[in-house]
Amino acid sequence: MAAVLDGDARASELAALPPEAGPWKRAWQRLRRRRPAMLGLAVVLFFIVLALAAPWIAPYDPIETSWSAVRQAPSAAHWFGTDDIGRDVLSRVVWGTRASLLAGVVSVSIALLFGVPIGLLAGFAGGAGDALISRITDAFLACPFLILAIALAAFLGPSLTNAMIAIGVSATPIFVRLTRAQVIQVKVEDYVEAARAVGNPPWRVALRHVLPNVAAPLIVQATLAIAAAVIAEASLSFLGLGQQPPAPSWGSMLNTAKNFVDNAAWMAIWPGLSIFALVLAFNLLGDGLRDALDPRQR
Amino acid sequence: MLEHLARRIATILPTLVFVSILIFGLQQLLPGDPALILAGEERDPAVVAHLRETLHLDEPLPKRYARWVWNVLHGDLGESVRSQEPVRQLIAEKLPVTVELALLAMTIALAIGIPAGVASAVGRGTWWDHAANAFALWGISTPNFWLGILLILLFSVQLGWLPASGYVSPFEDLRANLAAMIMPAFVLGNAIAAVLMRHTRSAMLQVLSADYVRTARAKGLSERTVVLKHALRNALTPVITLGALELGTLLSGAVLTEQVFTIPGFGKLIVDAVFNRDYAVVQGVVLVTATAYIVLNLLADMAYVAANPRLRG
Repeated sequence: MAAVLDGDARASELAALPPEAGPWKRAWQRLRRRRPAMLGLAVVLFFIVLALAAPWIAPYDPIETSWSAVRQAPSAAHWFGTDDIGRDVLSRVVWGTRASLLAGVVSVSIALLFGVPIGLLAGFAGGAGDALISRITDAFLACPFLILAIALAAFLGPSLTNAMIAIGVSATPIFVRLTRAQVIQVKVEDYVEAARAVGNPPWRVALRHVLPNVAAPLIVQATLAIAAAVIAEASLSFLGLGQQPPAPSWGSMLNTAKNFVDNAAWMAIWPGLSIFALVLAFNLLGDGLRDALDPRQR
Repeated sequence: MLEHLARRIATILPTLVFVSILIFGLQQLLPGDPALILAGEERDPAVVAHLRETLHLDEPLPKRYARWVWNVLHGDLGESVRSQEPVRQLIAEKLPVTVELALLAMTIALAIGIPAGVASAVGRGTWWDHAANAFALWGISTPNFWLGILLILLFSVQLGWLPASGYVSPFEDLRANLAAMIMPAFVLGNAIAAVLMRHTRSAMLQVLSADYVRTARAKGLSERTVVLKHALRNALTPVITLGALELGTLLSGAVLTEQVFTIPGFGKLIVDAVFNRDYAVVQGVVLVTATAYIVLNLLADMAYVAANPRLRG
């Protein structure tokens, strides 16, 4: 019964959309109706503003130490308290947004940049090339995401840039596999056959006719992958393999905080809450985008 | 069944070859001469020469790879630069600790995830469904090292019920072992419970609308029998395979959890090795993890085929 009601609701939702609207506009209109997704989008935008406006929003220098203000509880002067060497936790949380967002966006961009063309090639070409790419992808996927990222970051050396590369490389096989699977489905569609029949070269068929039709699940996956990348960056920084001190990052703040949990709990609360809020926001947005863009996965 | 197993093994072998190339290739990422890097800051020429010889750095890359694979196949994963112990021995010492943590975490995940998924599907649209979905979102969005710190704050610092860190072997003192492992196991199980809940919910929703479930209801069977005997048994089959894929999350999570709770397991071994620049240990841990992941996925696949007669062929 519930399924029938859902179907009716969707049918009326679709009927409410203007027929002349393009697919992206219709997807946006569907997304706008999903409150959790819009909440996620609002939180993501909030963090973007926080990252961009960090110099103006942060009340103190995030790396300035003060021996007279060591491990002070939250107060009017320091809303989120201070850390073990007297740095303002609020200012470090605000500046730490940059590392998290940057890691999320850059590493997923790396994964898209390599994963999509390789997946397109594998799915479109088929044969031995596809088999080779698929086996290499399987090999990458056999190494658990974070363990591979730790190993890569270890060999490349600890830094935020290397952490982003490590996360990006570790996330690439997911996009190879997803793109390949989508391309295999789409390439047998009539409109692709038609594009081929009128004499379009394979690269043009792949880029102009196949790629736009596999974009929706890739956008959904990219949004969810940013959430995973934010956690991965925080994890690597927590282990000391990401952002290096004294530069602020939520993961490295938690690494220090775990040593003072018995007498300065506020050091752990705010950076952890920030990671949770940003990751939750991307997950909500990703789930909403899946409903709006990729109706088959509902 | 045997044919299916043979086919699966045939696809696994090339994957294992590429895994070995990937792990061996990690060493090539080291900037500069590996012997100089491994020799530490003092760079004693005698140590550098010894490393160059033992690592066969003067030989061409394919020959070094073949030698490395040969050694791995004979159980030789190299030697720790730090402790001079064989990597195989180090892994064998730490692995049981992580296996215990992983088993406890999986038990917690199954105990939470499956009942929550069933209840959520049966009561679709109710407050219970919303609560279970909120729990799933919480589970996949919470960094487990933060959850670990929060639990230490509550149960160790505030209430004083559980130890914040340390590890006692279950053979020494089972009670102390469980007291030390319950928080890390919950932290690790939480995220997997969320994923299992989502899988169980969607599998149950599919099964509950199937004809045989309608028939079972029409026969006048109680709702409890219909859900538990007819629906859940069939819904669990895909959950086995999807649950096995969570092994990666379990192993990745163990690295962080062991770090928070100072548990001397597999995860702590790789992190310590990273900071000691003990690259043979890092490679050994990744190799064992990847192989375990592939083998366990094969077993899950076999269990899936065994449980689903239509796939037996």
